[in-house]
Order: sequence, then structure tokens, then C-alpha cells
Amino acid sequence: MKTTFRAALREAHREALLKDPRVLLMGEDVGRYGGAYAVSKGLLEEFGPERVRDTPLSESGFVGAGIGAALGGLRPIVEVMTVNFSLLCADQILNNAATLLHMSGGQLNVPVVIRMATGAGRQLAAQHSRSLENWYAHVPGLRVVEPATVEDARGMLWTALQDPDPVLIFENALLYNLEGELAPDAGPVDLDTARVRRPGKDVTLITYGGCLPRALEAAGQLATRGVEAEVIDLRTLRPLDEKTFLQSVRKTKRVVVIDEGWRSGSLAAEVITRIVEGAFYELDAPPARVCSEEVPIPYAREQEQAALPQPAKIVAAVEALVSPHG
Amino acid sequence: MSAAAREYLRQMLRIRRFEERCAELYSAGKIRGFLHLYIGEEAIAAGTLPCLGPGDAVVSTYREHGHALARGLSMRSVMAEMFGKVTGCSRGRGGSMHLFDASRRFYGGNAIVAGGLPLAAGLGLADQLLGRKNVTACFLGDGSVAEGEFHETLNLAALWKLPVLFLCENNRYAMGTALERAQSETNLSKKAAAYRIHSEQVDGMDVFAVAEAVTRAVAAVRAAEGPWFLELLTYRFRAHSMFDPELYRSKAEVQEWLKRDPIPALIAAYGLDPAPFEAEVKAEVDDAVAFADASALEPVDELLWRVTMREVPR
Repeated sequence: MKTTFRAALREAHREALLKDPRVLLMGEDVGRYGGAYAVSKGLLEEFGPERVRDTPLSESGFVGAGIGAALGGLRPIVEVMTVNFSLLCADQILNNAATLLHMSGGQLNVPVVIRMATGAGRQLAAQHSRSLENWYAHVPGLRVVEPATVEDARGMLWTALQDPDPVLIFENALLYNLEGELAPDAGPVDLDTARVRRPGKDVTLITYGGCLPRALEAAGQLATRGVEAEVIDLRTLRPLDEKTFLQSVRKTKRVVVIDEGWRSGSLAAEVITRIVEGAFYELDAPPARVCSEEVPIPYAREQEQAALPQPAKIVAAVEALVSPHG
Repeated sequence: MSAAAREYLRQMLRIRRFEERCAELYSAGKIRGFLHLYIGEEAIAAGTLPCLGPGDAVVSTYREHGHALARGLSMRSVMAEMFGKVTGCSRGRGGSMHLFDASRRFYGGNAIVAGGLPLAAGLGLADQLLGRKNVTACFLGDGSVAEGEFHETLNLAALWKLPVLFLCENNRYAMGTALERAQSETNLSKKAAAYRIHSEQVDGMDVFAVAEAVTRAVAAVRAAEGPWFLELLTYRFRAHSMFDPELYRSKAEVQEWLKRDPIPALIAAYGLDPAPFEAEVKAEVDDAVAFADASALEPVDELLWRVTMREVPR
């Protein structure tokens, strides 16, 4: 059946609230407003204000409360409206959620799920357009995932809720309206592996989240020029599924990593480092990447689009690698 | 009353003699990192923790040796933690600032000022939603009142009527910054009252006054009346940590507060003989030190154990 990324997320929340009485959803405007991105629309009416809980604008307070509630035996889903606001609760995520298990000598695990929207592209300017997944993917103790398909939007949440450790789910805001086919019996998906979204033999494109549709579009354009790109969706940003992308790179011998984060210190840098560590002698060309330009994302549409990874930039990066004269 | 007085004396002496030994062991290089002593504030831990039941939770600060000992963590496990040994209550991974014991619902030792407050709200929320009649006791210092997490948490707790008892140990200094140099309103109970939380100021140097106030507070919180806030007025006799030259307060001020030392005050008020307690406590401290000294370190090949529950590739 045809559905949207948003509806798939909503169905995942319904399923979780129906199946597990310990699950609650809390965050800013998740209830009466219906969610800033309408993900939780209708859930307050169905599950009531105790389990679909509006919070004050106190990111550190309610994220920390979600962590505490997880310690106390609940399975909270905490929605932070966007990654930009997560800077206000970075203390709780890093100093408590990511740290308590190890620091307590293995006594206190934190089964909390923290969701947040991420990414640029909607002319919201610098303070609402960040892609900081890599900041969190840097931190031991966290699992960081990012769905890029309706199937993953539907299936990642339940698996995250079964995880005994904190899981951060990033949702690129451009994907909420994405349409796709979903099997009627679609269910939980793993949070361990990367997926090949398009097979190819000439070059590997590695990406995640909001850049997946752009990488697939670029792959389509490349195909008309006789270049078969293999597109890999990382899905889980920590821990990285090296095996899948190294296997692809060993086959294609060329790689471009597409990452909406800034280039310096990016997730793309980590992926490429692992490729260099693991497949250096099998490469036919230096690894390349297409990242956001190193600038606070501007409001004006033309400037904003120029700052972000685009299919044309991806195509150009691939052509530079595969050109017989390159 | 005198049975209670003797028990309070025993507990305060345990904490004090334990910490005095820790200071010596610090100088001897057996204990490293930060070490924040509670000396002077023992009446709060000794008066508070016996008011809690085994199902209640405790969230603490980085000055938490007294809270841990009074909550029932063994002196052996706390001393071993100071030594960084695997037999420590956090396997030697936390040290002085991060004492944990899940079996006693002791949620630590948080070294980020006010960082534990939101956790306490969440623990209270879990008890509330799961229908458990538990209380979460959340210790905080006067310094935390300047943090956003203090205000966010008090508001949440009041808004959701969470079963949390906030215990603000006001020792008048946030590290070296005197309260009046950091707060426009130095009556901290008023800040809680602004969130419509029942709040009181309590003499934190009087163990009976502490116990009386906490007993009422725990009963009210357990009866689902919402959070309570007690501001416990106290004083830290020692430096902030072992690195503190105490340039920010006068010796005369410390001397004035020493006159209110809760231990001699209790001894005088009840005509108690501390000698038997001193002997018992010395034996316990000696045993804890011997245990810690003899204990093994966590094997280095266990360094990565329980970074996560699922063993995952890097």
C-alpha cells in the first residue's frame, strides 16, 4: 500500500503505544498540537494525556525526565522538536544517557528513545537547519539511526524501543512527505545494518537520511551516461556497518560519500577513514565526498540550495572519479 | 529520643571518620581525581536517609559519600570505589563523584551541577505512572539553583505533581562563589515556592530538625500531594575539593560555623558518650581501607564492557 514517511512514523508510534503499556511519547507539542511535523496527530485522542504528554519548552528537563523514566522502568519516546534544540539538552544525552551504564559499572542501562527532526532545505535559516547527527554518532553509549525510507520509518521505532540502551532517531524533515510502498505486514527492522538501495558496479555512493533521494537521483542520471552507481543507505550511524560498505567499495573500487553535515569532522570523514583503513589497496581512485558547504545555512532559497549536497554535485564528483582522463 | 540520637551520632561519625580517612588517603596518593568532602553537613544525610524506604529512590550530587553511606552502601564498596578498585560500588569507573547502587535505588553521584534533577523527575514520573507509592529524594546544592535544569525540573515536577522530594543542601558556596554573589534572592526556598512547590527552610546542622522536616515531607510526597522542597541550611567545614586554597572565605567565618558542628552539638544535647561509637567506626573504616587496598583492579580487557548492553562493533 502507498503511504508517507510521516504516516509510517505515526503508525509505528500507534503500534508501540498499543503493544507496550510502558511506552509513552513526550515532548513539545506532541499532544494537542499534533506534533510540530504532525507525526503524532491523533495519538493524544487515542491514548490520552498521560501517555502522549505535552511538555513545557524545557529540553533539558523533559529529555532528562525521559532518561529518568527509562531508569524507572518506562519505555519513553522523547521527541525533541529538532536537532537544533537538542543543543539545549546535550548535557542530558551525553552526560547521563550515554554515560550511566558504563560509569555505574554496568548497573544502570537507559532504554530511552529520543527522536528529532534534522536537516535543511526549507528556508528556515541557520538556527533551524542543522545536521548534527555526527556529533551524537561520536559518542560511545549511544545508538544513532536515521530512516530514509517509509519501511524504516515504520520499522525502526519498535526495534529502538526493544534496545536496552539509548537510541537516537533522526528524521530528515524533507522526508516527512516522502511517498512509498509499504507492505501491509511491514514490521520491525534491524538497527544494525546498512542497505544497498540500488545495485551498481562502477562506483559506490554512501549516504543516509535526507541525502538518499538525492543520491538515488544522481545514480539515475549517471545511469543514462553509462555509469552504474551502487547506492548504500547507512541507516545506522553508530555503530557503523563497515562490512556492507567495504564490500561494495571492494567491488566498485570507487566511492563518493554524501553527507548533509559539514565536511570538516563529518560522518563522511569517518566513513572514508574506515574505507582507507580497510580497503586502501583496492581503490582505483581517491575517496571523494559531497558535504554541505561550511557556512551557516542561509535563508534565501538559491543560497540555501547552493550550500547543500545536490544531485548535480554528486554527479560531478562521480564523473571526476570515473573519467578515463581523470 | 536518645536511641534515635545515638543512631544519628553513629551515622554522622561513620561519615565523618570515613571522609577524614579519605583526605589522608588522598594525600598518600591512594585516592585521586576530585574528592569533595561533606564534613560539616553530616546531619542532613544522617537525618534524611532513614526516612526513606527500600523502594524509594535517591539522586545525589558529587558530594555524596554521606548520602551513599547513610543509604546503606557498604563502607567497603564506597572505599574501594575511591581506590578505583573493581570491588567498588561502580567497579572503580566512577570514583568519588559517581557512586551507584541499583539494588538500593541509589542513582548516583552526578558531577554536572543540577544534572541529576531531571533524572529525579523522570524516576518520579515512572513511579507515578506505574502506580508505585515511592518517593524520589533528590539532593542538590545551592549552586544548582543557578542552572536552568533546576528551574526546568522544579516546574515539571510541580506541573505533573511528581513524587519528588528536593533536598537543597545550602552550604552557602558554589565552589568559591558565595551565595549572595551568585543569587539575587538568597532565600532559595522562595524559588521553589514560585513554582507552587511546598517549601521550607530547615536548620541543616540539627539532625533532629532535619529528620522531623523530612519525615513530614516524605509522608506528603508519598500521599501524592506533589513535590516538596526543603532548603537545608548548612556549611562545609573543609575546602570545596582537595585543590581548593580557600581564598574566598575567612577563617573567622569558618570558626563561627564550627561552633555549630552537628556532632558535638548532638553529643552535648543528649549527654552521649561517643567513645563506643568511635571505636566501632574506626574498626569499620580500618576494615574498609584494608578491603579496598587488597581488592583487585578491573582487568584492562574489561575496559569496554557495558559501554552498551549489547556488545557492538566500534
